[in-house]
Amino acid sequence: MTKNKILEVKALKQYFQSGSTTIKAVDNISFDVYEGETLGLVGESGCGKSTTGRSIINLYNITAGEIIFKGKNVHTNKSKKEKQQFNREMQMIFQDPYASLNPRMTAGEIISEGFKIHGLYRNKQERQKKIYELLHAVGLNSEHANRYAHEFSGGQRQRLGIARALSLDPSFIIADEPISALDVSIQAQVVNLLKDLQKERGLTYLFIAHDLSMVKYISDRIAVMYRGKILEIGKADDIYHHPVHPYTKSLLSAIPLPDPLSEQRRVRIPYEHQEMPENATYYEVDEEHFVYGTEQVVNTWISSR
Amino acid sequence: MAKKVIEVKDLHVHFKTFSGTVQAVRGVNFELFEGETLAIVGESGSGKSVTSNALMKLIPQPPGIYAAGEILLNGTDLIPLTDKEMSKIRGNDISMIFQDPMTSLNPTMKVGKQITEVILQHKTISRSEAKIKAIELLNKVGIPFPEKRYSQYPHEFSGGMRQRVVIAIALAADPKLLIADEPTTALDVTIQAQILELMKEIQETSKTSIIFITHDLGVVANVADRVAVMYAGQIVEYGTVNDIFYNPKHPYTWGLLGSMPDLDNEAEERLYTIPGTPPDLIHPPKGDAFAARNEFALAIDYEMEPPMFKVSDTHYAKTWLLHEQSPNIEMPHIVRKRIDSFLAKEAMHHD
Repeated sequence: MTKNKILEVKALKQYFQSGSTTIKAVDNISFDVYEGETLGLVGESGCGKSTTGRSIINLYNITAGEIIFKGKNVHTNKSKKEKQQFNREMQMIFQDPYASLNPRMTAGEIISEGFKIHGLYRNKQERQKKIYELLHAVGLNSEHANRYAHEFSGGQRQRLGIARALSLDPSFIIADEPISALDVSIQAQVVNLLKDLQKERGLTYLFIAHDLSMVKYISDRIAVMYRGKILEIGKADDIYHHPVHPYTKSLLSAIPLPDPLSEQRRVRIPYEHQEMPENATYYEVDEEHFVYGTEQVVNTWISSR
Repeated sequence: MAKKVIEVKDLHVHFKTFSGTVQAVRGVNFELFEGETLAIVGESGSGKSVTSNALMKLIPQPPGIYAAGEILLNGTDLIPLTDKEMSKIRGNDISMIFQDPMTSLNPTMKVGKQITEVILQHKTISRSEAKIKAIELLNKVGIPFPEKRYSQYPHEFSGGMRQRVVIAIALAADPKLLIADEPTTALDVTIQAQILELMKEIQETSKTSIIFITHDLGVVANVADRVAVMYAGQIVEYGTVNDIFYNPKHPYTWGLLGSMPDLDNEAEERLYTIPGTPPDLIHPPKGDAFAARNEFALAIDYEMEPPMFKVSDTHYAKTWLLHEQSPNIEMPHIVRKRIDSFLAKEAMHHD
C-alpha cells in the first residue's frame, strides 16, 4: 500500500501574546498525516496539543509555518469557494459533549446546520433522509431527531457531535479529547464507533488525547508533545515498546495498568527536561520513528535504550 | 487482627426531587480496617460519591434523606449525630480530598492560612506553633520551599501542587480515615503517579485508612487492598484487589475490565462494551438492576434481586450466575485472555 499524505504540517508556530510575554504554545513542529490512518497526539495539559489541532483547522491565524491539506495551503485559501470546500473536508469533534451542542436546537437542526451553509439537500425529504442516515450511522435512531441536547446522555451527545462532524462527508476529522468526559463503559462504545466509521468511510483521524492507553489502542502512529514541541513520533507499537526520548519513557512509566501484581513493581521514571540547542532537529532512529534532539544526545538515548 | 475503623451497614440514601425520589444508595455494606485502602469503583451515577459524602454526613438535607442504615465509626453511629457533633469528627477522625483542587481551595486566602485554620480549629496550640506545623505538613506532602510557599495564594501553584496542598489540609488534624473522591482525575498521568505515591507514603507512616473513589481501574490496581464495585446504588462485587482483577465474577465487573484497553491490545480487536446506559434510580428496575445491560442475564434476573453470593472468605458478588442451579457461564474471552496474559507475565517474572 502506498501512503498518500493527506496533511502536511511544516514548521508550524503558534504564539500567543499575553501582555508583554509571548507564549509559544506550538513551537516549530512538523509532521505528516497519511490518508486513512489515525495519528494520535499525546501530551500533558498545556503542551500545545489542542492548539495544534485548532491551528490545523484554521481556528487561529498561525504565527509561522505552512499547513498543506490535500496539496493546498490552508491558510492562504482566498476565495469563499475554497474556504467552503476546506470546511467540508475537515471537521472537528470536541471534548465536552455538553458545551459543544446548542441547547436551543434539536438534534436534527444541529446535524443539518451545515447543509444550509453549504446549500446541500435543499429538498426537505432529501434532507430528512440524510439526517436519519447520519443518526443511524452513529447508533442513534430517527426518533432522536426532534429531541434537544439535554434529553441525551453524555455518550449519546458525543454520538450527536460525531454525526454533526460527519454531516458534510469530510475526509479528515480532528478529535480533540473526544472521550475524556465520558464514563469508562461509554468510552469503549464511542471508540468502537469511531473505528467502525473510519473503516466504512475511509476517514483520517487526528486523535488528540492524554489517555495513553486509549491512544495506543486507536492510533496507527503517535506523536508525543511536550512544551510546544513534538519530541518523538512513530508507529504506535514502536513508541510504546521501544521509546527513545526520556520524556516518552517517563510518560509511559506513569500509566497505571489494571494488573495489581505488576502495579506493585512498577517504578516511575522521573523526567528532567533538557533544553535543546538551536541546531536540534529530528533524527530517524527506526523506520518512520523520529526523535527530536541533537545527534549526540539522540545517540546516547539510543545506546541506553 | 487490625482495628476496624469504619463499618457501613445497609446504608440507604435518597434524594427528593420534583420528578420523584431518587434512590441513590440502595443498601451498601462494607468495613475498613486500620491502614487499609478500599477502592470504590463505578460509573457516574452509581452512588459512589454519595456513599462517601454520606460517611462525612455531607448530604444536604433536604433534599437528601438517610433513609436507613448505620455508619459506625469506632462503634458510634454517625447518622443520628447533630451538625455540631459531626464538625468535631470531620477533620479529626475523617477528612476528605476532592477531585478538583481548583475549587476546593479558597482563592483569596494564602495557602498557609488555609492549613493553620484547620489546625487551630482542632488543636489547642498557639498560632506560631500552628505555623510551624503547617510548614512541616507542606514539607511532608513534598512541596519545595515550604516557608516561601506558606505565604502564597493557590493561583501561584500548579494543579499537582494544589492537590498536595489539599492533602496537607486533609492531614492537618491527623485523621484516622481519609476519603479521596477522584483525587487524581483532573491531573496528568505523571502528576497522578506522584500524588498516588505520596498517598501511599503517608499511609505507611501514619497508618491512615483510605477510601479511594475512582472510575480508573489502573489507579485501583495501583492503590487498593480491597475493591467494591458499585452499580445503581449497590455494591455488586466486593473482594481483595487480586480477587477483583484476576477472578472477577460479576458481569458488570467483566464489562468494566473489558472496556479498558491495555497496552498489548491488538489494533484489530474491538473493545468489549457494556451496551446501554445505567438505569433510572427514581424507578429502579425489578430484579437485578444490571439485567437490561447484561448479555448473560437469566430469566430470574428480571424477577428477583440476587443476594450477595460468597465466592471465598474475602470475595462476594451479587449475581445469579453464582447460584448452584445457574448455567456455567465463563467470563468474556477478551477479559479471560488479558487476565491470562497478566498472570503469565507474573509467572515469568518469578522464574
